[in-house]
Amino acid sequence: MASETRANLKPLSLHVPEPKFRPGDEVDFADVEVPPAGAARRPDTADRADSFTELAYTLVRVLDDDGKAVGPWDPKLSPEVLRRMLRAMALTRAYDERMFRAQRQGKTSFYMKCTGEEAVAVAAAFALDRDDMCFPSYRQQGLLIARDWDLVDMMNQVYSNKGDRLEGKQLPIMYSTKEGSFFSISGNLATQYPQAVGWAMASASKGDTRIAATWCGEGSTAEGDFHSACTFASVYRAPVILNVVNNQWAISSFSGFAGAEATTFAARAIGYGIAGLRVDGNDALAVYAATQWAAERARTNQGATLIEHFTYRAEGHSTSDDPSQYRSAQEYGAWPLGDPIVRLKQHLIGLREWDEERQAAMDKELAEKVRAAQKEAEKNGILGHGLHQPLDTLFEGVYEEMPWHLREQQRQMLAEEQASGRPWARK
Amino acid sequence: MNMIQAINSAMDVMMARDPDVIVMGEDVGFFGGVFRATAGLQKKYGKTRVFDTPITETGIIGVAIGMGAYGLRPVPEIQFADYIYPGLDQLVSEAARLRYRSAGEFTAPLTVRSPFGGGIFGGQTHSQSPEGIFTHVSGLKTVVPATPYDAKGLLIAAIEDNDPVIFFEPKRIYNGPFDGHWDKPAKNWSGHPGGEVPTGYYRIPLGKANIVRAGEALTILAYGTMVHVCRAVVEEAGVDAEIIDLRTLLPLDIDTIEESVRKTGRCMIVHEATKTSGFGAELSALVQERCFYSLEAPIERVTGFDTPYPHSLEWAYFPGPVRIGEAIKKIMKDA
Repeated sequence: MASETRANLKPLSLHVPEPKFRPGDEVDFADVEVPPAGAARRPDTADRADSFTELAYTLVRVLDDDGKAVGPWDPKLSPEVLRRMLRAMALTRAYDERMFRAQRQGKTSFYMKCTGEEAVAVAAAFALDRDDMCFPSYRQQGLLIARDWDLVDMMNQVYSNKGDRLEGKQLPIMYSTKEGSFFSISGNLATQYPQAVGWAMASASKGDTRIAATWCGEGSTAEGDFHSACTFASVYRAPVILNVVNNQWAISSFSGFAGAEATTFAARAIGYGIAGLRVDGNDALAVYAATQWAAERARTNQGATLIEHFTYRAEGHSTSDDPSQYRSAQEYGAWPLGDPIVRLKQHLIGLREWDEERQAAMDKELAEKVRAAQKEAEKNGILGHGLHQPLDTLFEGVYEEMPWHLREQQRQMLAEEQASGRPWARK
Repeated sequence: MNMIQAINSAMDVMMARDPDVIVMGEDVGFFGGVFRATAGLQKKYGKTRVFDTPITETGIIGVAIGMGAYGLRPVPEIQFADYIYPGLDQLVSEAARLRYRSAGEFTAPLTVRSPFGGGIFGGQTHSQSPEGIFTHVSGLKTVVPATPYDAKGLLIAAIEDNDPVIFFEPKRIYNGPFDGHWDKPAKNWSGHPGGEVPTGYYRIPLGKANIVRAGEALTILAYGTMVHVCRAVVEEAGVDAEIIDLRTLLPLDIDTIEESVRKTGRCMIVHEATKTSGFGAELSALVQERCFYSLEAPIERVTGFDTPYPHSLEWAYFPGPVRIGEAIKKIMKDA
């Protein structure tokens, strides 16, 4: 009988991943493999995806420990472009600092920083054309900033004030601007992935030359939409760049819960037969070079590229999160890939195109710029001061034309406002 | 035309009129669809406008949303309504809300076609009527045609509509009207006025019901296959019922419903879908709220039972002539 023979077998055990370090632990990242900068080869953009699969397991790195750009992926950007990139990254950080504090001051309900991940969005934006369509997650505010989007406009959204282009309908940071080629952010994870592929397919089917790019975190790769997007991207050779920002953490879950113990996220590309690159996400030049390479593949009908940006989420998941409850406070300090802004700054200094004085002056100028923008935005009101949109806008935009049942509910709400004796709306 | 041909014709007309209309889904390309609804379209309009997709409903809807954001007007097909659930997140969280959450900057002008309803021995996963799931979602429109003529006119209107439309096609009446008498020979659409379909462009506005039989004694609200079943039962029973084919469930033609119930004083709601929290509950609540002082009897709901759709016991499950007939007797007993 089966039960008798099974008595000789060792019992099965269930593996539940556990991060290496928990609060209070000493951190040692010695086992995080960091290949030397310049070591990864750069295939021709016309090469078949299956001819460079090793690039999904290494790290494309350009900036070495001394901040020198080395190897075949060096995009050889002019000092002027490098300085603009550095500035956009620093501005992103300054903006985050200010908005985080605004949330703590009760000026808005919610905020999410991208500290430590500025290169992932900013350098990519520099490598894309401005009318390439971005389908971001909630942690790529650097795309807007790199595209010189108006900070006041962004803040208006965070404050849900009367200048908010989204009419107070969306949670703070869920930006959207068609003019900025920045697709409406959704709270539902990874849904933007197949949408980006569809946009890219549409561009291809129309004989357009624009491409799409999308971003999700490593945690979101576990969603079914990630799989369907990769399948569609592969099947139709969609001109799309699929970015996975592996910042090691999905709220409190370490990347092992998305499968990182077994393989890399870039290696997912291999199974779909699309190009896969694993990139040092704190190396702005590597991010730029990989994006530029993937964009060239897309624009020459070579199809999609999946880029894993290996980085670290330096701060809490959001203003509602306290990372000290689940990870060691030492982690970010010990992270072997450093800080993307510091690394690009050192590179420019090494080129004698920048110095600490100019950096300090720029930081001061950017802080002032953000402060001025904040003052300007706050003239339109802050969330803490109540409602800023005319009440009846609540019902607008559900459909192109308002059906009778929404008109009825709109009338009911306005009657409630009148009955309350204290007008809710400040028009 | 039968309903398949009418639906095919609607897509043909719209693809010829608008180069941004594209058709996609499982088996819709070369093969022309498992129900032949897209037959010939790929040959006529090319592979970049009519194409087969991988078997992933969330992918099909998600990709269509992205295409819509680009500026195309996609008409994705979900092979059976029973298989629309993997695409639900994209429909509910994305398509339905895109206009609202972007304050009108991005829209999802897609029309999701899907064969739906029972009466074909489809068992649990080829018979469902999930319309109530979609009418519950703000931002979606839901349409169910009952004749080939309506199917074409409504589908053209849906494709032209700038909001996402769920277009459910009752597959039991693809080839002919069905009166609920499953044991009698099937009829086809020839000879039925709803089978006379112009070959060119015409549209039936969304949100407008159709009074298929005028009457004074009772108002029956139905859609899809049940319109034909109700009509047959009413004629057999000799009741002067007014039968309203809703055609669009959301937005609903409330004026036509109110006017009818105020006139007749009685209201019966018939659908194939399961009863609890089904669309009939919404209809019943609306009629009760708006026509309370005209009602002479409690509102009756005749629906599928609250079970998964069975295979062998299909005709016991299906709200057919006997169940509808009994409900008519009940609602008319004090008349």
